[in-house]
Amino acid sequence: MPDPIPTPQTLDDLALEVRCKNAGPFWMTLDVFLPDDAAYRIADRLITVDVIAELYQVTPESLQIFRIPQLRAVKVSFPRPLVQGSLHDRDIHAGQHHVPLALLPIPGVT
Amino acid sequence: MPEPSSVGILVPAGMLGAGFDPATVVRGLALGADVIAVDGGSTDSGPYYLGTGQAKTAADAVRSDLRILLAAACDAGIPLIVGSCGTGGTDAGVRWVAGIVDDISAEDGLGLNVARIYSEQRAEDLLPRLRAGRIHPLAPLGPLDAATLQRCTHIVGMLGHEPIEQALRAGADVVLAGRATDTAVSAAFPLMRGMPPGPTWHAAKIVECGGQCTTDPRTGGVFARIDSAGFTIEPLDPDTACTPTSIAAHMLYETANPFTMREPAGTIEVAGARYTAVDDRTVRVEGSRFERAAQYTIKLEGAAVTGYETVSFVGIRDPRILASLEDWAGYLEKVLTERVAVVLGLDPSAWQADLRLYGYNAILGDLEPAPTPPREVGVMLLVSAADQQTATAISKIANPLLLHLPLPGMTYLPSFAFATSPAHIDRGAAYEFVLNHVVDVDTPTELFRLELPETPDA
Repeated sequence: MPDPIPTPQTLDDLALEVRCKNAGPFWMTLDVFLPDDAAYRIADRLITVDVIAELYQVTPESLQIFRIPQLRAVKVSFPRPLVQGSLHDRDIHAGQHHVPLALLPIPGVT
Repeated sequence: MPEPSSVGILVPAGMLGAGFDPATVVRGLALGADVIAVDGGSTDSGPYYLGTGQAKTAADAVRSDLRILLAAACDAGIPLIVGSCGTGGTDAGVRWVAGIVDDISAEDGLGLNVARIYSEQRAEDLLPRLRAGRIHPLAPLGPLDAATLQRCTHIVGMLGHEPIEQALRAGADVVLAGRATDTAVSAAFPLMRGMPPGPTWHAAKIVECGGQCTTDPRTGGVFARIDSAGFTIEPLDPDTACTPTSIAAHMLYETANPFTMREPAGTIEVAGARYTAVDDRTVRVEGSRFERAAQYTIKLEGAAVTGYETVSFVGIRDPRILASLEDWAGYLEKVLTERVAVVLGLDPSAWQADLRLYGYNAILGDLEPAPTPPREVGVMLLVSAADQQTATAISKIANPLLLHLPLPGMTYLPSFAFATSPAHIDRGAAYEFVLNHVVDVDTPTELFRLELPETPDA
């Protein structure tokens, strides 16, 4: 019989919303909104400078992480590796760049 | 005129031309709006709009919104302020919106005083400021050089609230501003009427995207009332809500830093703000601050031509090719580079291409967590060269490859699925944002030009 409340496998399963947008033409910013304090604590531990630097292939020094427990939100900002609208930029609004973070596996889940 | 105890701002939509239910504007007026403010532009859709001075929005969509807003402002006797006219906020963008306003004003007999504020900058006027060390980079860009300024097809300065206030004090009923900060459009009137800067700037930031700060962003606009201690905000749609979370979370939207935000005159600081529910759809915000900066600065935006582009598109469904798609794509780039060198005599450094495999890994590229062989793929070849003729010629050389290129080792020529005839489209000039710098100025209005009607009807 299937589990009526499936265990979250990824950050996307755990979160209310994982989103990415430009913050002006030279920056992109990821926002993760969690439904409750327990989920926030998991996401807060999961989202580290090293993890984001690896997922997005950017330097750790370029990252800014904002942890906002009152909103149960974690925000990550970094300079766009490709300036918005340049020849090799395939995501003008950076609107689909949440996916690598959203698909991040939650450790301890088998 | 004595200072009021509060000022109400009606923001009908996040963007002029987005459309809204006229009933929401009626509701905003009934709530006691003292000003209508709306944003007309953004960099978010890319450098083309600033680069060309053309608008992203359809003229008829802007006309439809303006007809409702001009009538509402006229009936209520309150000002209408539009910022970043024509998407990029160029002089052409201001003139474009002004032309639409003039048509409506004449057709509907409104007799409004319309002020235009131009914020476009000429490179030669900025060069002395650059030489004087008064232009500074914002991260992640480095120091500016003269050549970068001179490459720009259009440069705009983002105006603060002062030029708008100047126009209002001169008797304007309608203010059409060039590139302005998103917040200045809403902050100008409350600041002029003596509202405190902390709550005013924070409110202006929250309302700048219209309904984005509500529980249903599709329903249009918002209404905020600013007073001496804070501000109160609610959606214009009666069935939509603002909640403490929806309002607080809006500081994250499209901002790099959710706690502080730089404006020309200083910084909005919201880390100490308190958000409380007044009822189930209205929120009260107190505790926001505005820290005045030692130096007043104007941010510059500029777009320059990167080259001329042609885009080609072909579909592949054959599982044999799809199973070795990256090999095929690499082979195509290699053969194309060789053919262009032989036929056009062009070195690979003289042109660029971006080969995108839509359906496989086009959007995320190297960040794609787990690309798997797709059922079908859309191959887009984007070519950039120094002129259109060359970009087109390279794309024509690519055409038979996009149609027939086999995998290395295949003994026959496959044929792929062109979506259109011809398979390529010339894109003309392509642009890139090249400025992310601020200019130190002595006065908030010195970079901007205010134009008032010669014979005001009032």
